[in-house]
Amino acid sequence: MSPPVMTRPGRTAPRLSPALVVGLALTGLIVAVALISLVWTPWDVEAIRIADRLQPPSPVHWMGTDHFGRDVLSMIMAGSRNSLVVALVAVGVGAGFGVPLGLLSAARRGLIDEAVMRVNDLIFAFPALLVAVMITAVSGPGVINAIIAIGIFNIPVFARVTRGSALSLWTRDYVLAAQTAGKSRTLISMQHILPNLFSLLVVQASIQFALGIVAEAGLSYVGLGAQPPMPSWGRMLSEAQTMIGFAPWLAVFPGLAIVTIVLGLSLAGDGLGERLDPRLRQGRSQ
Amino acid sequence: MSVLAIDGLNVAVDGKPILTALSLTIAPGEILGLVGVSGCGKSMTAHAVMGLLPAGATVSGSIDLLGQPLPLTDDTAMQAIRGRDIGIVFQEPMTALNPLMTIGDQVAETVRLHTAVSQREALEVARRTLARVDLPEDRFPLTRYPHELSGGQRQRVAIAVAIALTPRLLIADEPSTSLDVTTQSRILDLLKRLVREDGMALILISHDLAVVADTADRVAVMDAGEVVEQAPVGRIASGMAHPRSQRLLADAVHLPRRQARAGEGPPVLQVDGIVRDYPASMRLFRRAPPTRAVDDVSLIVRPGESVGLVGGSGCGKSTLLRTVLALDRPTSGSVRVMGEPFTGARRSEQKRLRRHIQMVFQDPYGSFDPRWRVEQLVSENFHLLEVRPDAGEGRRRVDAMLDQVGLAAADADRHPHEFSGGQRQRIALARALITRPEIVVLDEAVSALDVSTRAQILTLLADLSDRLGLSYLFATHDMAMVRAISDRVLVMENGRIVESGATADIFANPAHACTRALLAATPRLLRDSLARDRSQDGVLPTVETL
Repeated sequence: MSPPVMTRPGRTAPRLSPALVVGLALTGLIVAVALISLVWTPWDVEAIRIADRLQPPSPVHWMGTDHFGRDVLSMIMAGSRNSLVVALVAVGVGAGFGVPLGLLSAARRGLIDEAVMRVNDLIFAFPALLVAVMITAVSGPGVINAIIAIGIFNIPVFARVTRGSALSLWTRDYVLAAQTAGKSRTLISMQHILPNLFSLLVVQASIQFALGIVAEAGLSYVGLGAQPPMPSWGRMLSEAQTMIGFAPWLAVFPGLAIVTIVLGLSLAGDGLGERLDPRLRQGRSQ
Repeated sequence: MSVLAIDGLNVAVDGKPILTALSLTIAPGEILGLVGVSGCGKSMTAHAVMGLLPAGATVSGSIDLLGQPLPLTDDTAMQAIRGRDIGIVFQEPMTALNPLMTIGDQVAETVRLHTAVSQREALEVARRTLARVDLPEDRFPLTRYPHELSGGQRQRVAIAVAIALTPRLLIADEPSTSLDVTTQSRILDLLKRLVREDGMALILISHDLAVVADTADRVAVMDAGEVVEQAPVGRIASGMAHPRSQRLLADAVHLPRRQARAGEGPPVLQVDGIVRDYPASMRLFRRAPPTRAVDDVSLIVRPGESVGLVGGSGCGKSTLLRTVLALDRPTSGSVRVMGEPFTGARRSEQKRLRRHIQMVFQDPYGSFDPRWRVEQLVSENFHLLEVRPDAGEGRRRVDAMLDQVGLAAADADRHPHEFSGGQRQRIALARALITRPEIVVLDEAVSALDVSTRAQILTLLADLSDRLGLSYLFATHDMAMVRAISDRVLVMENGRIVESGATADIFANPAHACTRALLAATPRLLRDSLARDRSQDGVLPTVETL
């Protein structure tokens, strides 16, 4: 009689996580829509046709029309450009200033660290909307100001994440080895610290990107973002609110668009984080 | 009746065989040493007994505990057995304990998981058990947290958790490997005493035959997933038959020969009155006095000389080495490299001198940027040269250096995670030596390696110092390493140098209590080997008189 063979039930990790695939697909969809809108939309976005106003979704206007008779699908397509650009540039501003500041804090420690991080706390403690209102009060509403306001609030997020992880990397032996190679703290930050933080920053960027899109919609909702006639998801929502009783499609479709891109980016961020984690990617071979 | 009987155990993970036809028995009150090199399957054997095999593992054969077959793949049933009938002690006491639970609660938790007792009764068991592992309540209250204890004390808590319910079988997986020698021997003595008192069976897993020889009754040697030889412990020194057993013994007591050097000429490294204080945290109204990690240490290393810095964990040797390399600023004192001031020098000056003094770190896993290829890692120190070699010349030098440390030129294109611990220390040596330094500083450079790898790296270090005329300054708690490659020894305790002298003299006439303790804690097999080695030098062996 052969000995009984027992198998411990197990699971093996799939090569591409479903979160990453779905996330990339949703994000890709929105990006594709934004690109298509550059050359083609079903209707002219800015054309006002009062005769066609407040039409429910139909084969002619797939997502209906608003109170000026503008095609909702066309506005969502064109509005996606605005949302994506604002969020992308804002994340760029946040990472562009925040990451170097975090690296500097971790590399220098002491007074510089204290100064940088306390200023970060200060920014963090301010309500974002309030600062947006202030900026708008000084230089008027508009896309650029929305980007600045959202970007500024991304800086402390990136600075903190970068500093925290960089501090733990600075205690690694390979950083000490680089110091015995006579490398300056700046050079070590560039060559050893930043590359090893990269996967973490990509994940953080995807989260901030999603938050940036929501923030842009929020600013536009209160009239501080993109100005008419430039379409924007946030302003579409704000204008829809008074008509939600008899024209719900005006709120539903921009809302779905925001949900789609935020969900897509969050899933993609999670998936990327799993994929880029070096502990999962490279086992210690003995 | 045997406590544990493993019969024809086969384990495969994802179709890859890990253990083949493994059979072992262990009697009550017996200590079985399970020995082999890294990856031979000794830890997997322990995991199989505890039902902790990785996901996707296929098991055949049987494991009987006290005559009853263990339900290996039934997690719920195994949970009831683990902790109650089988206790386990892991290598790393740091991670085996929950940092947020007091030591009393950790022991009590195990008790309450398996028996229907009140928290008060469980804590009473914890109190008794902690006292048994020499952590009496008057000095170590149950409310202590793991971070308030030393590594050896933490390992005692882990042992208390394992034996709280007086299991019939205790498994200790490298329980002393991450501890310094004196702590190691105390932990092993404790395990031995507990086995005698409770009559439980102990499986002691180790890569070091010398350690097992001091503790076990019987030894089983494993190689590539099989038990290749079992023998009573008395036969270890003389009568082991299998080549793998003989190899393990040879590695455990290996002492490479290195040409002794008196060291002449002006010192390459001169350390004067180094003090390093760490400020204490703020108390309510005043600042506590600072902790003095290094206390007025002076030393000299002459060309070609190898100096060993010996002491237990926390004696300040790592801090001293970091100060010597100007990775840390001394509170007072100075370091001169090649006769020129090094600490406190201007950055450009320091960088110029760094070419002469390089370092090899303890942890072969943490000392390389995981994203860099070996070529990049080894050539990082070209940054120190005023004229940096171009790509082709640099690659040729890297290849030549890899060859010197026993690696292939093709290894330059691989990433560090593709190498074993020993190979990584070779890469670390290549990185340190690429600028042809006069002094190499080694911080516990072999203590994270298994005995076979350690023997190879020690031989390489001896060989390199002979060929290149290197000076070494190395910190270690391993007396075999000191004996093998040092000309002079400095013994450090509580931040001070308490004894110093020529290696042979220190080994022959250890004066300070700390030195004696370190020597006495060295496993007997190794001590015998040291004694033989010394008699070849014409110095009388006196180890037995310690």
